[in-house]
Amino acid sequence: MTSEVVAASGVDRARLLAWLRDYGVYAAIVLLVVVATSLHPAFLSVGNLRVQAFQLVPTLFVSLGMALVIATEGVDLSVGAVIALAASLIPLYLGYNAWIAIALCVVGGAIAGTVSGLMVAVAKVQPIVATLALMIGLRGVAVIFNGNQAKPVNDPVLGAIGLNSVGGVPIVVIAAVVVVLIVLFVVRRTTFGRQLVAVGDNRAASALAGLPVRRVLLTVYIVSGVLAALAGVLLVGHGAEADPATQGLNIELAAITAVVVGGTPLTGGRIRVLGTVAGALFMQLLSATLIQHDVPNSYAQMAEAVIICLAVYAARDRSGR
Amino acid sequence: MTATAPGPDAGAPLLDVAGVGKSFPGVRALREASLALRPGRVHALVGENGAGKSTLIKVITGVYRPDSGRITLAGNEVSFDTPLDAQHAGISTIYQEVNLVPLMSVARNLFLGREPRRFGLVDVRAMNAKAAEILADYGVDIGVSGVARPLGSLGLGAQQMVAIARAIQLAARVVIMDEPTSSLERREVLTLFGVIRRLREAGIAVLYVSHRLDELYTICDDVTVLRDGAVVHTGELAELDRLRLVSLMLGRDMSQLRREGVTAFGEHDADEDVEPVLTAENLTIRPKLHGVSLKIRPGEVLGLGGLLGSGRSETAKAIAGGLKRDSGTVTVGGKRLRRGTSAEAVRAGVVMLPEDRKAEGLIPSLSVRQNIVLAALPRLSRFGLVSTTKQDEIVDYFVDRLKIKAASPDQKVSELSGGNQQKVLLARWLCLHPKVLLLDEPTRGIDVGAKAEVQKLIDEFAEEGLGVLLISSELEELIEGSDRVLVLRDGIAVAELTGAQVSEPELLRALASEPTAGIDGENADD
Repeated sequence: MTSEVVAASGVDRARLLAWLRDYGVYAAIVLLVVVATSLHPAFLSVGNLRVQAFQLVPTLFVSLGMALVIATEGVDLSVGAVIALAASLIPLYLGYNAWIAIALCVVGGAIAGTVSGLMVAVAKVQPIVATLALMIGLRGVAVIFNGNQAKPVNDPVLGAIGLNSVGGVPIVVIAAVVVVLIVLFVVRRTTFGRQLVAVGDNRAASALAGLPVRRVLLTVYIVSGVLAALAGVLLVGHGAEADPATQGLNIELAAITAVVVGGTPLTGGRIRVLGTVAGALFMQLLSATLIQHDVPNSYAQMAEAVIICLAVYAARDRSGR
Repeated sequence: MTATAPGPDAGAPLLDVAGVGKSFPGVRALREASLALRPGRVHALVGENGAGKSTLIKVITGVYRPDSGRITLAGNEVSFDTPLDAQHAGISTIYQEVNLVPLMSVARNLFLGREPRRFGLVDVRAMNAKAAEILADYGVDIGVSGVARPLGSLGLGAQQMVAIARAIQLAARVVIMDEPTSSLERREVLTLFGVIRRLREAGIAVLYVSHRLDELYTICDDVTVLRDGAVVHTGELAELDRLRLVSLMLGRDMSQLRREGVTAFGEHDADEDVEPVLTAENLTIRPKLHGVSLKIRPGEVLGLGGLLGSGRSETAKAIAGGLKRDSGTVTVGGKRLRRGTSAEAVRAGVVMLPEDRKAEGLIPSLSVRQNIVLAALPRLSRFGLVSTTKQDEIVDYFVDRLKIKAASPDQKVSELSGGNQQKVLLARWLCLHPKVLLLDEPTRGIDVGAKAEVQKLIDEFAEEGLGVLLISSELEELIEGSDRVLVLRDGIAVAELTGAQVSEPELLRALASEPTAGIDGENADD
């Protein structure tokens, strides 16, 4: 091989990796759907898609909040515990009115987000430590609130939100589309969206440029907390049960995976909203396919690990430093 | 090159560096550099940024291997592969930043690797007692209970003292101090000088690197001046007056006349009677800045002169909110800036072009367009929505006016050349219609063409009524660009040059001036 060929293949490799980072997740979804459908034609059936959607949406809510936090070079490990908090608040306040219970979940999520946001933005605690503290503490609080047991939740409003459809489309899917559009709009068109990326990319420069760095950081953690609380409402409604000890367990890891597979680097300064949606969708379909084909869970986990490694490799910073 | 005969009390050199050269890709960091340290003498090593001081120290201490030349220690040729080798041979180095373990106890840090042992275990009691005794000698009087606490609980100055004590305890024959006083308070500096004098009496050779002329003349016997990687002078310090020393460092011959028209600056005069747009009083950031006051009038370029480490950047940052002020006030257009944050300064129309473009200016992943409007976003938005029309208008105007060369405004800013990046940052501030522009080394690291353009722009903006603060290490740029020059030394304003005084000889004289009792208070001399 001559040196020219080597150089050319080097450029091609860089281009391939960039393409993988930007579009790999979409291609992976198409590939997965084709393979899964050919093995098992019922994969694309309405019934199966509905099942997948109900499982996907709560993770998607959490992933969108996570993407915002990760874009600021942070991470929010407390989202699972916020779901548990929501699950513990619902049975407590359902007696008044389902909407009041939901509103209180949102308030609870916002408060949790404010706590981690203040720790990160004002006290300058590392995001992973600040939200880890909340992740551990908050679930404990939630379990105590709930009297340490799972409670059945039979409420017509929550049940409708969690299970019903409008024109054949589950309400959770409609809610998810609305939330995705809002986040997309905020990120692409608003001042806040710009500032978010700037703060994540170069905080010192953003501060010197007079950007409201603290406000941006505080906001992303609050948004992440609220989205997690809403995910908790959906989980409780869909499962007709409030169980703070197990609901939302490990969802922070699924969300981080979705964000990374979707092409948002953990180093911040970049956010891909649709990529995150695709990342969450791909991970959901992958595990569903493997389970449908009776692949043992341990192998499914290994497959997920390979995907994560590939995504991180493709998204690696190649600016030459 | 002036080589002076060694003084009467100087013996054969203990450490002799002869004709050392070292190159890095694209740079010749050292050319035939020589240095002779004699036992019982304190040797000053001076030079401006990029003169090769750090490279020379790293060659001596085994961090770098020299490309050419010889190093002899006590008559034997040596070649160190690692800093540890150099340490074992008796060369101890104290760096600018403390490099010890903050979570370990003070005593542990002092004895790291050589702890007193008893029955194979560390004898903590003996270690602490000895540590307390040693440190008391260095003015760190914290007792046996104090040395058992983590190093990180001490102040920065005390930590530096522990580092120094540790280095000297390592049975050193040669001690290298790289700006040891940059984080020390005045009192601690005096203690350090006491320590250095004891080292001198003990026959140890000391290499002392500092930009503070007062310190050099207080404690050093010999001096070596580096410029552009080469030794331009070596000899006894007492035979070299301050003015000569500064001229040598900056590469200026006093007889050499100022060359006109080297830079792209024109002449303009600011009206003396106009009210200042910015007034800063008694800016203090300990231990780097002590009560600096300045005024900038609209349409005026105020130059800030001084050697490296004199507090120029700190002054600009104290005004722009980039560093927290310990005390002092900043008033813009009659209004006090009370919070001292960047956001407040920007709102008041005070903006700063930082010295380090990459770390403190650019948002690399954003486009040229987005970088330009970053600070102006709130003004281009309604209800938090960015108006693309207004944004594009502004971007087009500044790309055109500043002649920013980019494939398109949507190109990533990190792909532009240094000069164009600098223009993007200028545009970011200019689209806010600021009142005061603080420029910290605005033309550093950009090519000649872009440099002339930036200089011309600075002129134009001053013409349009902006107040400008200009920091530059290049004498021509400072002299020709400024209407007035405020000269800083060791964080204190020592002179102000106005009118015809704004010239190289006057500036050099101010840089080299002796401390006056009124400003500096105590003199370190004994």
